[in-house]
Amino acid sequence: MAGTPHLQIKDLSVAIEDKQILKGLNLEIKGGEVHAIMGPNGTGKSTLASAVMGHPKYEVTGGSVTLNGEDVLEMEVDERARKGLFLAMQYPSEISGVTNADFLRSALNARQEEGKEISLIKFIRQMEKQMELLEMDQVFSHRYVNEGFSGGEKKRNEILQMMMLKPGIAILDEIDSGLDIDALKIVARGVNELRSPEMGVLMITHYQRLLNYIKPDFVHVMMQGRIVKSGGPELALKLEENGYDWIKEELGIQDETVGAES
Amino acid sequence: MSVEANVRFDQEAVARFSQGEPEWLTQLRQEGFTGYQQLPLPKLEKTKIDKWNIDEFTPYKEEAELSSLEQLPQEIKDLLDADNDNVIVQKHSDIVYARVSDSLKEQGVLFMPLSQAVREHGDLVKKHLFQSGIEKHKITALHQALWSGGFFVYVPKNVEVKEPLQTVIWGMDEEVALLPHTLIVADLNSTVTVVENVVGANYTRSVVVNGMVEVFAQSGAKVRYASARSLSEQVTDYTYRRGITENDARIEWLLGDMNLGNTVANTTTILSGNGSSADFKSVAIANGSQKENFVARVVHIGTHTESNILSRGVMLDEATAIFNGITEMKKGAEKANGEQAENILMIGERARGDANPILLIDEDDVMAGHAASVGPISPLQVYYMMSRGIGRKEAERLIINGFVAPVVDSLPIEGMQKRLSKMIEGKLS
Repeated sequence: MAGTPHLQIKDLSVAIEDKQILKGLNLEIKGGEVHAIMGPNGTGKSTLASAVMGHPKYEVTGGSVTLNGEDVLEMEVDERARKGLFLAMQYPSEISGVTNADFLRSALNARQEEGKEISLIKFIRQMEKQMELLEMDQVFSHRYVNEGFSGGEKKRNEILQMMMLKPGIAILDEIDSGLDIDALKIVARGVNELRSPEMGVLMITHYQRLLNYIKPDFVHVMMQGRIVKSGGPELALKLEENGYDWIKEELGIQDETVGAES
Repeated sequence: MSVEANVRFDQEAVARFSQGEPEWLTQLRQEGFTGYQQLPLPKLEKTKIDKWNIDEFTPYKEEAELSSLEQLPQEIKDLLDADNDNVIVQKHSDIVYARVSDSLKEQGVLFMPLSQAVREHGDLVKKHLFQSGIEKHKITALHQALWSGGFFVYVPKNVEVKEPLQTVIWGMDEEVALLPHTLIVADLNSTVTVVENVVGANYTRSVVVNGMVEVFAQSGAKVRYASARSLSEQVTDYTYRRGITENDARIEWLLGDMNLGNTVANTTTILSGNGSSADFKSVAIANGSQKENFVARVVHIGTHTESNILSRGVMLDEATAIFNGITEMKKGAEKANGEQAENILMIGERARGDANPILLIDEDDVMAGHAASVGPISPLQVYYMMSRGIGRKEAERLIINGFVAPVVDSLPIEGMQKRLSKMIEGKLS
């Protein structure tokens, strides 16, 4: 990808089924940066991820999202992906009858011009290499996408896709949930492998634990559908020690969940 | 004898078919003709066929025999496994090409046109032909009167035929009907796979295909019958298949329906022997304004019998299709187990698909289950694939191909899998 990726979210408001979730969220991510968004349940973290990717259930009601200066909200979901956005989903779909390998190859070929598709041999080599790094059994390439995968296997599969697709901006939505410590280390290894000026990362998590393995440059706290506090890695450590109450106190927030303030 | 007004064929047509045939067969044809005159049309669940073409066709046209496969058109050659030595191709009513390996003959396997088997193995054919108990109505009776072409397979005791026996039934260019009859007899503990491709295109007028398949699996025998049909819009296709299992026998049906015209297909397996089993898998893609009615039926009579039905349908444009799955457990079929699933993917907004699972159970000590689903492609699956950069059309194509994969992937010949995939692509594009 040419140049350093740059995702700019300005004043973003998002509703789901007429319920306003995000209310004027601002965030900027550049290549080489790792951002973490933390916050208790129900504060709109996953909504941010889904809205940026273009989930059909989420309606953007205001604000803008641009990637390298281009209007993301005007793009179809597949175009967003081809422009360099990636979302490792919290609940990825199962697709019966479509193998992981066929799925990934279609995704890669969708990025190529007609007639310049990636050769099968080259593809298999790349996939095998990344699967090895993620300690995934090779049989997973022939299994149907996410069908019958355990929670941890699904997360690894999301990271495998990220490694193959090499996005400019990767959003990881609770990639740590349901993982034991060994699996977490492997997933983190995958993310760290890709860290470079060519990729910016946004991690969404409840727990500081993930941040021990993927060190963030910026930490943001979300409450009531917006970012209420930002800082460096030390902010995550403070949250780990003291919880969220001190922030609520500082900002005069009674209930941090979306819709509670009105 | 009173003759109904809506009957198009007379005794003469039947008499022409009977020329040179043994007396017992002439009698079967006569019975068929009487049935055709007197019996009503079958009553199909949710499909009215009283205005469909039943008997408007030319029943017979002679074709010259070909000396080599090379003379076949490429699209027919593509159907066949190049290395396979056992192939019979029928055009209209005649066999235009037949090749049967010596090793097959040495094993005592009979693989030939049914008309030849009537002449050479009359007793064996007589014992089975029209003896499987296929339901009697105007359409099956017409077949019994006018059948021509089709194949005979006999596998002797304990013989395992490793290569699939391949057949092609091929109609083209004219309004000549196909009325093939395929008869498969598998003797004790034998094993065989029969592959039937039915192809018909470039018709200028409405025409009919009215076919029958009968399978007799004797004790311990295993018969796999796979068929892919692609008949063009002008063809109304009626197919009745029936298999009977003795003790511990097994019949597998693998069916791909890619017709473009109206279609009725009924596949029934009678599990009469103890410990016998049936496996039915089918895929149908319906498009345009075609109407289709499919019945997959298993009747459990013996104890410890097992059956599995899996029907997958994809509905495009304004097509209508009814998928009936019928699992019957007769009194005395103790410890029987029957599972069925009909899944329909609705793509066309004006398409109609109906999954109709039916369990008819007269015995207490059995297990039976069914699952049915009718619905559009999951928007979340499409979103997931698109989020990886795959375009909407391509995502839908992958999902549809995945949906039919459990059936397509189990076809016994790779060429057949490819052909079916290609036909599916053709229907989707």
